[in-house]
Amino acid sequence: MDTLQFLIDGFAVALAPQNLMFALFGAFIGTLIGALPGLGPANGVAILIPLAFTLGLPADTAMILLTAVYAGAMYGGRISSILLNIPGDEPAMMTCLDGYPMAQKGKAAEALALSAVASFMGGLIGTIGLILLAPVLAKFALTFGPAEYFALFMLAFATLGGITGKNPMKTVVAATLGIMISTVGIDNTGVQRYTFGILKLYEGVDFILAIVGLFAISELLLFIEERAGAGRKLIQVGKLLLRPRDILHVLPTTLRGGSLGFIAGVLPGAGASLGSFISYTLEKQYLGKKGHFGEGDPRGVAAPEAGNNGASSGALVPMLTLGVPGSGTTAVLLAMLISLNITPGPLMFTQNADIVWGVIAALLIGNLLLLVLNIPLVGFFVKLLSVPPMFLLPMVTMIAFVGIYSISHSTFDLYFMIGFGVAGYLLRKLEMPLVPIILGLLLGPEMEKNLGHALVISDGDWSVLWGTPLAASLWLVAGLGLILPYIVGPILRRRMRAAITEDAVSD
Amino acid sequence: MIKQTLSLVAAAAVSVSAMAWEPSGKVECIAPADPGGGWDFTCRSVGNVLEELDMVPGSVQTTNMAGAGGGVAFAHTVSKRNSDDKLLVAASTATTTRLAQQQFPGMNAGMVKWVGALGADYGIIAVSKDSEYQNLNQLMDALKDNPRDVKFAGGSATGGWDHLKVLIAAKAAGVGNLPSVPYLSYNNGGEAMTQVIGGHVDAFTGDISEATGFMDSGDLRVLAVLAEERLPGKFDHIPTAREQGIDALGPNWRGFYMPADADPEAQAYWVNAIDELYASDEWKSVMRQNGLIPFHPPAGEFEDFVRGQVDDIEQLSREIGLLK
Repeated sequence: MDTLQFLIDGFAVALAPQNLMFALFGAFIGTLIGALPGLGPANGVAILIPLAFTLGLPADTAMILLTAVYAGAMYGGRISSILLNIPGDEPAMMTCLDGYPMAQKGKAAEALALSAVASFMGGLIGTIGLILLAPVLAKFALTFGPAEYFALFMLAFATLGGITGKNPMKTVVAATLGIMISTVGIDNTGVQRYTFGILKLYEGVDFILAIVGLFAISELLLFIEERAGAGRKLIQVGKLLLRPRDILHVLPTTLRGGSLGFIAGVLPGAGASLGSFISYTLEKQYLGKKGHFGEGDPRGVAAPEAGNNGASSGALVPMLTLGVPGSGTTAVLLAMLISLNITPGPLMFTQNADIVWGVIAALLIGNLLLLVLNIPLVGFFVKLLSVPPMFLLPMVTMIAFVGIYSISHSTFDLYFMIGFGVAGYLLRKLEMPLVPIILGLLLGPEMEKNLGHALVISDGDWSVLWGTPLAASLWLVAGLGLILPYIVGPILRRRMRAAITEDAVSD
Repeated sequence: MIKQTLSLVAAAAVSVSAMAWEPSGKVECIAPADPGGGWDFTCRSVGNVLEELDMVPGSVQTTNMAGAGGGVAFAHTVSKRNSDDKLLVAASTATTTRLAQQQFPGMNAGMVKWVGALGADYGIIAVSKDSEYQNLNQLMDALKDNPRDVKFAGGSATGGWDHLKVLIAAKAAGVGNLPSVPYLSYNNGGEAMTQVIGGHVDAFTGDISEATGFMDSGDLRVLAVLAEERLPGKFDHIPTAREQGIDALGPNWRGFYMPADADPEAQAYWVNAIDELYASDEWKSVMRQNGLIPFHPPAGEFEDFVRGQVDDIEQLSREIGLLK
């Protein structure tokens, strides 16, 4: 009953004119970002963080804006998958499989509309799951002591590569890089590490700087390098001929896909890509010969879209309740929360109830807005896809610099951000994933702290780390997460590759 | 009665000094942290009340200058703004703690002029509702038997203010071997309290304002508040450490410093302005709304108070081996 009351209060926050406006704006920009090939949700949210600071938004509005971008990017990813056969982001990879064939058959409009409905259903199921599960898990979080948290962080790192990760070794290297950067500053025993007497380094490296540099600035450098001056050739979107029957036809698929996606999203580290992948493959197996997957089956479009939108809400569950992000984008959102002085966890659900429930209500409203935006306005997004990036570049650059400067009024931070941008560019050239760096940067200090605390509490006895059943089972899952990709990964990836002709440009 | 006379005197003093010096143009207040924290609140709320009371000609502009726990702003004031007459910098016990522990390299408390304090948050020591400890003496007796028996969690770094409050109380209670009292540092008081309530750590050290949520829900039992007398309002049921025979005080004050080489008349103006502001009804309502508890050393005594606090913290930090 409490939950319902909180949710109603949340709607009051989300429906405030300013918040509603930013939700709409975020949903719109998010769809656009998702639709641009290569610009994934994590990058999208990273680019919008400085804007939140530039405008001096209050905490609830800033979080509503960023979650709306996040949800929007999940919707937008499908547009280029269907029209260009290039996934707008990694989770939209599976949408290419049946979306592009549908478009080739002249059913692009139907594919776009159906996938918008599927995204809506997935997002709705995911958000309802979030509403039901998060408060329960938040109470459960009280049972997490230092040892359990340490095991949980190990689990997050172990599952980081995920099943879709290309090179597990690179993931490990990237995470280690992140942890190394996180050691700069005064640690919590008061010892200075790698500060070189520079006052600015005492508080360590600000992860907002690192995120905007690594994602947004490197994105700019890549754009410049590609000189992608010309727009892309698109398949024409015909008139929409969609009957209610068509929607009913895919409804069971979206329900299954959304639920599966939500579960995949809740698992730390797995995220939306896994959600859409599992939904697609299981749906294909479930329907068997009844479907014609891979040749433009509408259910083949609906399943992964419902899956990845379900997963995007699911990934918020561990982020909000335990402070452990379930995906790359939620890691970026977590960094934003921390820099707004809000600590995720059970306390946030009482102390910052307006923000948590405002964001959740905004997700529900945002989903509705996105559905409305995405069906009639799809032609508009398609046109925007062909806008040359040269017009977008200066805007993004300006927002990034103004935003970062407005956080602390320090030019030192700007140089630092550029440094991270160049590093991010080089790392992407080396095909190094960037998300593990951010996770390392965010979770490294927490992991160290909890290890230290666990050992202080046990007076130096290491066995405390796996002393409780909860901690032990987390270790077990972490172990599985580390080993499974080596066994299952190659098989799954071969199947994915076989189906996708053109490789994705993704993180 | 006495307070009224004092504020009259203060007001008279202001009007006298106002003849000699008064601010013109823009007044700046540096909050040495990002927006949203305590220092930011100090600057913005004091700035507003100064404007309402017409003690500044225009507006007070708040600048956020985060870094090194206030060290960046301190260095900026000392090196670049040392003769600025219209600059206030927000400070608190966190500032004196870092100064005492020499965490602002090459800088000390004497390099700025301490203007005044306008209220405080008081330290508490608390346990979970299921804890075996019913009062501060039981907890301290356990520490006397074995200093490693009670583990404390708090929101500051090791050696920071939350840690020091435990040591101040333990020292006052006669606990030997202070360095071995275990202290677990969390990112903020909320995280620390969650661990105490979850039964993972024995006791919480923090400020009263952080604890209200869990106090109201009944999950947290506050054993003592480190104040001179019982706190007003809904906190009046919490015993002080003094009542329990342990003479420990832990006010986390909020106030300002300003450049040391500013015009002495300007310094006098601001000291009196803070005095007058503290006595005003406008400020009293700000304090009420934000849970600030009265704390205000008289105009001339604030510098001595800061020096005394820095010395105490320095000595304590040496005793626990944090300073060599």
